[in-house]
Amino acid sequence: MNVAIVKYNAGNILSVTYAIERLGVSPVVTDNIEELQKADRVIFPGVGEASTAMAYLKERNLDTVIKKLEQPVLGICLGMQLLCSYSEENDTTCLSVFDERVVSFLPNGADKIPQVGWNTISDYSSNLFNDLPENAYCYFVHGYYAALGPDTAATTNYILPYSAALHKNNFYGVQFHPEKSAAVGEKILQNFLDIV
Amino acid sequence: MLAKRIIACLDIKNGRTVKGVNFENIRDAGDPVELGAFYAAAGIDELVFLDITATNEKRKTLADLAKKIAAVINIPFTVGGGVASIEDVRILLQNGADKIAVNSAAFKNPTIIADMAREFGSQCIVVAIDTKQESDGQWYVYLNGGTVPTRTTCLAWAQEAASLGAGEILLTSMNHDGTKAGFALDITAAVSKGVSIPVIASGGGGTMEHFEAVFKAGSADAALAASIFHFKEMEVHALKSFLLDKGLPIRL
Repeated sequence: MNVAIVKYNAGNILSVTYAIERLGVSPVVTDNIEELQKADRVIFPGVGEASTAMAYLKERNLDTVIKKLEQPVLGICLGMQLLCSYSEENDTTCLSVFDERVVSFLPNGADKIPQVGWNTISDYSSNLFNDLPENAYCYFVHGYYAALGPDTAATTNYILPYSAALHKNNFYGVQFHPEKSAAVGEKILQNFLDIV
Repeated sequence: MLAKRIIACLDIKNGRTVKGVNFENIRDAGDPVELGAFYAAAGIDELVFLDITATNEKRKTLADLAKKIAAVINIPFTVGGGVASIEDVRILLQNGADKIAVNSAAFKNPTIIADMAREFGSQCIVVAIDTKQESDGQWYVYLNGGTVPTRTTCLAWAQEAASLGAGEILLTSMNHDGTKAGFALDITAAVSKGVSIPVIASGGGGTMEHFEAVFKAGSADAALAASIFHFKEMEVHALKSFLLDKGLPIRL
């Protein structure tokens, strides 16, 4: 199994690398276009700000490369958001793999923003969640979210119900951090590696 | 539903986990990486590694430790202790830390909170506040591991830190720390209601009821403890089962 992690100016790439290593696979962290294209799996991680990340990807032509990948691709957190069409975070046009807009949580006077912590996911409609119980807890850190839509593959609820995960063709995205979600996260990453 | 978090804090000195009583009388409670992995397996929600010698002894980064922790631990962890600059934060994040706690340096130069938040995102900037209630009844901010008093109130500083872009507040009551007599409910509730970011309550947790109280009366988003976990006076799973029974949203 040849797993490539997209190298760009976003945080937590090391954590994702270690999480894949704990599953017994040594990933390569790369921004080399050929290496990304020939990998069996591509993981597009990310902690950071949308417009800075998009600018970096465009400079290196990675925006067009990522959109056209044909093997299973997993976007994590900001990586998932960048696979959507647009992010309200600094008015950023994104990759349009998922036909979803990413918008900011609006204060409701009770819940804090950003959401930080463990929340439950449910309503699975993707092989990413094979063998997971409903309402499994995953670790979230985010102030922007993708609404419910045709590509929603799991839901969660914070201030309102929204997409915890997206799935369309060979592209997968999770808003939470599987690399930080203990045994549940490990199962999701294993399911991603096991996709046939 | 978003769960209330239980956090274990590992105070680090010379690469080992220690815990003082009221910041004194330090005892040895083991290897931080091993202990962290043990807690992760036991169901703790998050870990905080604080180098308690860093500010006083001007020791810099905990990068090597962060990297060792990141390699084995599958839950979020925060690293802190003497973090003073953007470069400190960058190195720790690059070495796998999820969040960075800043304390004295942020108080002395508050604009670094805004700089760090802009560079790395608010989500990874935890502003740690050590506070003490003095005889006038006010809660004041203390610096350098609780050794240097200031005339700034805890609530005022928490609100300023939040407005500058802090992602969370880690609030330690020096009056309660190490006493096992319960968390500081009043100041925790005041800060939690006074800012729009999550507040982690720290200091004084001794019984399961104390944790229930800090989530309910104290409005805390997370509760942190050290010695009661390190010395196995309280099992993480038993505590979380208790809180779930009390109607709190808890990850089991």
